[in-house]
Amino acid sequence: MRDVFLQEALTIATTKFIDLRREAFEDFPEGEALRDQARAIKEATLQRLDHHLETLVANIERLGGHVHYAATSEEARTIVVDIARRTGARMAVKSKSMATEEIHLNEALERAGVTPVETDLGEYIIQLAHERPSHIIAPAIHKTKGQVADLFSREFKRRVEADPEVLTKIARGELREKFLQADLGITGANFAVADTGTVVLVTNEGNGRMVTSLPRVHVAVMGVEKVVPSLTDLMVFLAILAKSATGQKLSVYTTLVRGPRRAGELEGPEEFHLVLLDNGRIAQLGGPLREALYCLRCGACLNVCPVYRQIGGHAYGYTYPGPIGILLTAMLEGSRSVKDLAHASSLCGACADACPVRIDIPRMLIELRREVREQQIAPWVERVAFKVLARVLMRPALYRLAAKAGRLLQRPFARDGAISRLPFCLGDWTSTRDLPAVASRTFQERWSARRDLPL
Amino acid sequence: MTGRGRASLMVTCLGDLFFPEVGVSIVRLLQRLGVAVDVPPDQTCCGLPLFNSGYHAEAAAVAARTVALFEDSEHVVVPSGSCAWMVKHEYPGLLASTRLARQAREVSARTHEFSQFVVRELGVTEFTASVPGRVTYHDSCHLLRGLQESQSPRTLLGNLRGAEFVALPGADECCGFGGSFAVRLPEVSAQILAKKLANVEATGAGCLVACDAGCLMQMSGGLKRRKSGVRALHLAELLDGGRP
Repeated sequence: MRDVFLQEALTIATTKFIDLRREAFEDFPEGEALRDQARAIKEATLQRLDHHLETLVANIERLGGHVHYAATSEEARTIVVDIARRTGARMAVKSKSMATEEIHLNEALERAGVTPVETDLGEYIIQLAHERPSHIIAPAIHKTKGQVADLFSREFKRRVEADPEVLTKIARGELREKFLQADLGITGANFAVADTGTVVLVTNEGNGRMVTSLPRVHVAVMGVEKVVPSLTDLMVFLAILAKSATGQKLSVYTTLVRGPRRAGELEGPEEFHLVLLDNGRIAQLGGPLREALYCLRCGACLNVCPVYRQIGGHAYGYTYPGPIGILLTAMLEGSRSVKDLAHASSLCGACADACPVRIDIPRMLIELRREVREQQIAPWVERVAFKVLARVLMRPALYRLAAKAGRLLQRPFARDGAISRLPFCLGDWTSTRDLPAVASRTFQERWSARRDLPL
Repeated sequence: MTGRGRASLMVTCLGDLFFPEVGVSIVRLLQRLGVAVDVPPDQTCCGLPLFNSGYHAEAAAVAARTVALFEDSEHVVVPSGSCAWMVKHEYPGLLASTRLARQAREVSARTHEFSQFVVRELGVTEFTASVPGRVTYHDSCHLLRGLQESQSPRTLLGNLRGAEFVALPGADECCGFGGSFAVRLPEVSAQILAKKLANVEATGAGCLVACDAGCLMQMSGGLKRRKSGVRALHLAELLDGGRP
């Protein structure tokens, strides 16, 4: 948080995303209705998730592809590593995918002797820097162009100019070779269309297209919730996804993949695999975090979140940052893991407002706080404080007494109706702001003595 | 002016303890508009701090107590958007399976945030400012996104005699209060606040208006700490400048 580069990079980038998103929807009057429709499709699809997944599997197999089910991240890693081993892969090119981040696939591939190469520019930067993405769609959002130039200079042992075009050109040159060498292409998936067996990738750099067409084998890793029933449904999501994410009408590339190369076709992989990842998702179909399964991973809630904009994605400590990330972390890792994160929100509601499918994130954060409280894992000081507060609020006599006590205790600290320094944990407020002093007479004291109100 | 019905003031804990002048202004203003105001005794808090931190059984008990206090009120007027949101949005659910379920729904329907009551219920939009000069307005999150209200306070401020209303850049962004958030993550809260106050100072306004005691506590605390000349006021305090 005290990193000025982080602050600068985050403020510039998120402000730009916010403005672009707003403009995109201002120019698109049907957008609001489409958001409602997209939400309804998600709701209905999850009601019959098993049916839609069965249809998807049948159609992909009919096209000659293979589908694998992974209950956990470990199973998903094993499936992909086994495919790499069986096909004798030495190098894997990857397009940007949060699902493969979630299962920590790169480390597993490296251990198995397969070199993973990230080909999305942001992911490429992050991989060179040995970091993890700090934003769902803009993984290197926390870096300034100057920092990227320094990183490239070190990596390629020559002075590189801090010019985005120059930097992109260098990355492109480096990556072209890798695309040609790689035996395995690994992607995520933004959607999979059950009716047609189509896996859909929404990208901007064209690398997704190369990853899915050049290597011998293509593996897509996708959360089970990303299935949509039909191409008509897909259109509804495509109409709002890029607008929410980057403010584009559509992303530069929308790649539709239907199984491996067929007889007579000139391009495409010899083998196609889809890994359907559960990892805690199916358990939430009937759970309190169900709505988080609607998430399209557009990142709009991160851009508008005042907390994310201050602390950046890494501070959350898990794969998925920001408001939706707290919910997804609870889903994947259990609610215990978010006992502190659940409070990393002012509940301002900007996230729910920006969400293309109107996920009520603040409501679920409150729900997580309730779960955390019921597990009795909140710090005891806090539990006692809230118990005392509840008692005081239930008994007006105690409440009045507390007001009097407050007035008495604040005496050494209050000046002109304000307190600028308090001891113990109360200092958490006064370290950065003044606190108004408890009034010399509360409103209710004045009202009951009425003469103080010159009405 | 007489005969505009009755209203009960739900003064709220922050209003009662820290901003009693806000309650005084609301009472004075409503009485001038012909509303008979009462203040049911023994009020404490709406329970939002308990609810937001996950203490839902305790929040429901406080909600039941509050509903009982206001069950006979014709209208309930609340100075803070967040407390009004709690009553309107959460009370019916919290008390759904209790014997106060019906009363909770009724109280919820008759509860209004202050600016909404003045503009939407009373239909009054013209006032004289108590503090002359340039004023700006911060949207409190619960009023804006919870109760979907951005217009009523702006209507009142736009028509205000003796004051010039200027828009605040990023008016809809959180001030960083968030209840217990402000002390759980004090540094993050303070940085969010710093952005807000920089925007406020850039408007050149001498007065920053909000419709929520939580935001006012946060923003006035920040303004005082940075020794700013800008005053943070509740809308009612600013409107309480003379006869409408």
